[in-house]
Amino acid sequence: MVGPSRIWREAPSRYRFLGNRCTVCEEVYFPPRQICPKCRRASIGRMEPIQLSGNGEVVTYTVVYDPAVGHELLTPYILAIVKLDEGPRVTSQIVGAGLSEIMIGSRVKTVLRKLREEKGGGEDGGSGDGSGVITYGYKFVLDGQS
Amino acid sequence: MRKVCISGVGITKFGELWSRSYRELIVEAGLRALEDAELPGESIECLYMASMGPGMWVSQEHAGPMIAEQTGLTSIPVVRVESGCASGALALHQAFIDVASGKHDIVVVGGVEKMTDVGAKEAGSIINTMLDYEWESIFGATLPALYAMMARKHMHDYGTTREQMAEVAVKNHYNGSLNPIAHFGRKISVDQVLSSPLLADPLRMLDCAPMSDGSAALVLTSKGDVEIIACEMASSTLALHSREDITTMDCVVGSSKKAYKRAGINPSDVDIAELHDYCTIGEIIESEDLGFFEKGKGGKKVAEGVTSLNGSLPINTSGGLKSRGHPIGATGVAQVAEIYDQLIGRAGERQIELLDYGLCCGVGGSGGSAVVSIFRRR
Repeated sequence: MVGPSRIWREAPSRYRFLGNRCTVCEEVYFPPRQICPKCRRASIGRMEPIQLSGNGEVVTYTVVYDPAVGHELLTPYILAIVKLDEGPRVTSQIVGAGLSEIMIGSRVKTVLRKLREEKGGGEDGGSGDGSGVITYGYKFVLDGQS
Repeated sequence: MRKVCISGVGITKFGELWSRSYRELIVEAGLRALEDAELPGESIECLYMASMGPGMWVSQEHAGPMIAEQTGLTSIPVVRVESGCASGALALHQAFIDVASGKHDIVVVGGVEKMTDVGAKEAGSIINTMLDYEWESIFGATLPALYAMMARKHMHDYGTTREQMAEVAVKNHYNGSLNPIAHFGRKISVDQVLSSPLLADPLRMLDCAPMSDGSAALVLTSKGDVEIIACEMASSTLALHSREDITTMDCVVGSSKKAYKRAGINPSDVDIAELHDYCTIGEIIESEDLGFFEKGKGGKKVAEGVTSLNGSLPINTSGGLKSRGHPIGATGVAQVAEIYDQLIGRAGERQIELLDYGLCCGVGGSGGSAVVSIFRRR
């Protein structure tokens, strides 16, 4: 069951690519971390928010034919690990591109999309609580597309 | 530390066991292990049980006391252990510490999962709880999809081929065809792997482990036929994307380095190994990260037959997760049961001759945790 607060809490990162940076070692994190795992206590109070560009490069990818629950209507979909220009890597889908257009090294940029919807009854694999909660977040398109 | 040995093992049939319940399976494996060790039930001083998610698979958390009650062991400690697909391997780690410390002399390690009481969709959701829920699952990742991304990168960086990965499944099914408890007893061909349905390109259905029911158990004592000379654990980032190198399981590198050091041996001393082939690429990556083969050469070695039953380093003689089956909590324990049978020379048609050292590698999820154990015949 995914309640609204669980989705709402992560909105700054999922909607706007807000990360943070350890000012001790300069490592950039996405999603933001409470402490820097490298500097640990030395980083307390020294983690600064940083706005990431959402631009990056495909590290690796797959085409998913056996979907995660809630993603059935999109199947087959391209799932990729993207290295953002600021350093952190993320996992999400690449949309608006043909299955053969993606390569390791392709430049991509972020778009805001609907990720999932909690439907009722459980027949769609949703939580069955009928909450209708929609999760939005980042996906990617090939650079040069909108 | 005191010596820790295995003095008996027990395992149930693995597969889609519609008539068997969660509790029946682990009781059966435990009884067999005790018979094998020739010990009475009242001699057991502590029970470690691995189960990845009984609350989700059979709506039963608090499973420790249930198992203790079923076996008349309510007066001793019962500890449930979980680390995703590495749960069984981690239960061994905890029991090893227990006996090594001298706290208990006779300890049972059991592992169990009952995965076929839920529908396919629900099963997929449960498997997905081993991923990073907030930053992988929600975005459409599945465990096979993460392994597919490792496979794609390994092919890109090292020239590993689709056929080499298929050879892992072919080898493991061959081995499984000789294992009476295996989930799948049939041999398969490279062509069959390559024409099976795509799950996540480039991985296909016959690259991936099935959902199985089953249980395995071990009896650990301070003296026995097989000594556990090292049992080490390390973890890594939960999300695959946060790892420095997508094709390296840091936790396997880390736990195996510690294990070799403690055992006082090198990777080349290992004679036989059970690895975590949740997907075919997993066995290839682990065979490199354990130091058996140079990085990038794992696929080539499988295709050359080095890891086959008659090769110089047989891997997954049991059939591995792919063919023996993968009842998650039982898997790490079943790996040890196979190495035990091999080291004492009762692995039947799968028997490998002249063995000194065996190794087990259990991996959680996409490589968020790993336990590496090394065994020696006494």
